[in-house]
Amino acid sequence: MKVLITGAAGKIGRIVSASLASKGHDVLGIDRRPWNDMPEGCRIIQTDIRKRAAEDVFRTERPDAVIHMATVAQLKMRNEERSRINLGGTRAIFDYCHRYGVGQAIFVGRHTYYGAAADSPLYHTEDEPPMALDTFPELADLVAADLYAGSALWRFPEIHTCVLRICYTLGPQAQGTLAAYLAGSRVPMVLGFDPLFQFMHEADVARAIELTIEKRLRGVYNVSGPPPLPLSIVIQEAGRSPVPVPEPVLRAVIGRFGMPNLAPGARNHIKYPIVIDSNAFRKATGFEHAYDEYETLRQFRTASPAT
Amino acid sequence: MDYAIRREVADRLERLEIPFNRDGIDPYGIDRSHVDLFFCMLGWFQKRYFRFSAHGIEHIPARGRAMLVGNHSGGFATDAGMIISSCFFLKEPPRLAQGMAEKFINKLPFASQWTNKAGQFTGLPEHAERLLEDGRLLVVFPEGAKGTAKLFHERHSLVRFGTGFMRLALRTKSPVIPFGFAGAGDALPTVMNLYKLGKLFGLPYIPVTPYIVPVPLPATLRVHYGEPMHFEGTGNEDDLVIHGMVEQVRERIAQLMDDALKSEGTSAR
Repeated sequence: MKVLITGAAGKIGRIVSASLASKGHDVLGIDRRPWNDMPEGCRIIQTDIRKRAAEDVFRTERPDAVIHMATVAQLKMRNEERSRINLGGTRAIFDYCHRYGVGQAIFVGRHTYYGAAADSPLYHTEDEPPMALDTFPELADLVAADLYAGSALWRFPEIHTCVLRICYTLGPQAQGTLAAYLAGSRVPMVLGFDPLFQFMHEADVARAIELTIEKRLRGVYNVSGPPPLPLSIVIQEAGRSPVPVPEPVLRAVIGRFGMPNLAPGARNHIKYPIVIDSNAFRKATGFEHAYDEYETLRQFRTASPAT
Repeated sequence: MDYAIRREVADRLERLEIPFNRDGIDPYGIDRSHVDLFFCMLGWFQKRYFRFSAHGIEHIPARGRAMLVGNHSGGFATDAGMIISSCFFLKEPPRLAQGMAEKFINKLPFASQWTNKAGQFTGLPEHAERLLEDGRLLVVFPEGAKGTAKLFHERHSLVRFGTGFMRLALRTKSPVIPFGFAGAGDALPTVMNLYKLGKLFGLPYIPVTPYIVPVPLPATLRVHYGEPMHFEGTGNEDDLVIHGMVEQVRERIAQLMDDALKSEGTSAR
């Protein structure tokens, strides 16, 4: 099968590309970033998904399936640019899929879609609307992209569209939202709050995406691995020290004293849990995680010791 | 803290049927060490401070989903604490009853952390349904915060019952175990509630007692549990039908409250 992966040079992109290629698939990546030591069986086209060159890839290569993971959560990026990539890019990809007869399209989204708030429930199911968008406007375009991708299910019924809402990923690659938060030796917490954090091993994420292709899954699914752990334990098992800071003081210390930078809206994400229920996905694909929570943290800790 | 209580809590915690992992955390984030502390505190209040007795504890099933439904009074949730405590100290094997906490609690530092780690989650329908489906024991006060806000002279009355609990019981096919609680209004005799001051602290209200501070007195508390009530339905019935079922539970609770007020009760010590 010929699989096109947008954002292939990213952390999960590389693992998925290599894994699909090793199973004999013809893997084609599109990314703005270079990828030098590509594994055999993969090709990469260095371009922006919204550019002409990207559409040419669809036209000339005619992929059977597209995995769209070229969305950004980086909060440092300017708002308009981020929203152009997340929304404009997603729109372009689905248009191309429709125009060039792609049979299957997978949107790789995030579990932060559900939002974190004092009155949000544990174990979100796929039918729930996003919450607390007003407190975290930086995430709004990712939520919009998620819902927009889902609309392909009725707009382009001929495409097997699947939206995956995946929890935080962690592992030896040590990249991504949670890894960035855990980067330093001291990790801030909000004093008096210790929310559950749900994360899975990056290899398990790759496996989940592969299964989505194999099973030609259609619909919206939460994807998670082992049960969540309280943030304090996550930080300790990662070999870091938790630094509980009263909320009013937090703004003054983040980004300083070796602590990570946090968007103002992200504060709720370290006060309240975002925990998803992935039973529907497990049932539809037979997915089982290979790495438990402690092994995942151990690998992260070994690959990325506290600085 | 009392050594005998600590030892009993440790022993009962061993037999508590909650799937703790190697760090003593369950999939909902319930923390064994917090549960330990929580019951040491509740145990002291139940055994050393209040004169507490429970009747009909055998009506609570040993395993599987069930909803404990009863009257609420006494400023803050003294009654909830003693219900949860009685399920832990008087049931064999012990059970962790999980209350459905008021939403404001989760907004307060420490209160949020401690309640969540002791298994007392925010009262959301999603939480209630998931816990019941998972075979847990739920404590529900259909009167809500209006129940605890009852003044001293209203302490033996019942205010309006919500209907959400009944639809939940029908949808999840959970038995309702009614209970009547007597004495919470004597433990914290409320003369008035300060709503505006409460708002300043992020609380719904602050109860004021004749001795000003809202600290419970060592009162006599009694709870009477009734036989499980089973209702048939889907949870999508007309309001009139649901009201009829809620009324049955309300009447049963009123009887049990009466029993609890009149009886001497069996000692829980």
